[in-house]
Amino acid sequence: MSRRVRMLVLGPGLLGLGALFAWAIAGLPAFGHYRGPYGYVLNRLVVPLRHTTNVVMGTNFDVRGVDTMGEEFILYAAVVGVTLLLRDESNARHVERHTRRLRNETVRLAGVAMVGGGLLVGLWLMAFGYITPGGGFQGGVVAAGAVLLLYLAGSHRDYSPFRDAHVLDPLEGVGAGGYVVVGLAALASGSAFLTNLFGRGTTGTLLSGGSIVILNWAAAIAVTCAMLLLFAEFLETYVEPLETEEAGA
Amino acid sequence: MSYLPYIVAAWICLVGIAGIATSRNLIHLAVCLTVAQSSSYVLLLSVGFVKHGRAPIFLGTKLGTPAVDPVVQALTLTDVVVSVAVIGLILALALDAHRLSGTVDPDHIADVSG
Repeated sequence: MSRRVRMLVLGPGLLGLGALFAWAIAGLPAFGHYRGPYGYVLNRLVVPLRHTTNVVMGTNFDVRGVDTMGEEFILYAAVVGVTLLLRDESNARHVERHTRRLRNETVRLAGVAMVGGGLLVGLWLMAFGYITPGGGFQGGVVAAGAVLLLYLAGSHRDYSPFRDAHVLDPLEGVGAGGYVVVGLAALASGSAFLTNLFGRGTTGTLLSGGSIVILNWAAAIAVTCAMLLLFAEFLETYVEPLETEEAGA
Repeated sequence: MSYLPYIVAAWICLVGIAGIATSRNLIHLAVCLTVAQSSSYVLLLSVGFVKHGRAPIFLGTKLGTPAVDPVVQALTLTDVVVSVAVIGLILALALDAHRLSGTVDPDHIADVSG
């Protein structure tokens, strides 16, 4: 489709879609006038049933636990896809490029300090995810982002342990597989998939929620490794050639 | 009575789609797709909002205190994860397209393959 035709289609298309949106919005309850019932029901039930004070995580890992497993495997599939597309290429490609290193010591120091801070925040989000706002998914992304700062503020060599596929691949498997194992363990014991077998613990402590603790950490490991693997594939494809070139010079 | 958050969501979606259609760069296109997708976060969160409601976290808060819908918040989390997965794949495809055709302009890539 040529650019001109596309623009001609786009105008009426956007107008039509906008009209449909307006129609849909007119049928929605006004902002703040939530009608329920699921939100009200869960806000009442999740804490007594699972002893997790963060109802969002209780919803994610209990009420829609199977969905969350699917979500984890969406991320897993994306990593596999990116790896298939890029990993092969990294060996074939040897383009000469110039690299720019950060020369300002203050910026580098601040960056490295942020790595530690970011990792702590990430771990806190993971560990207390089912008690206070947070969770394995959010913590995993923050932790992986903090590690990536090591690459931006430090050097390529500082970052290299965190892009080692021999470590990340099995860990990613442990994270994604761990979730399934918890579900299957419940099946093997004669209950439904992902039924909680570990009691409920004390509300508001790290030992609350039973299986949610394990599911949360499995998700945290899977997400951290998935993000690091994604970064590693992109970095390997486009950064490796210039780093070896610089090392040789 | 306010519908502003819904209108904002619709607007973000339309702007994102317009960006995708007019894009001359695959990376820009991927960002526009993220913009369009983020409209669903705004929509989900505003649909579940309860007036004077707190976050659905009951640490030190009595059960039964008005709180917003946790279901849409959980769905938003899924939405963000899917968005990250999709953006990763699209960027990888963009790298591949650049390697094969030497350009990241979607119009020119079409010329090469046609």
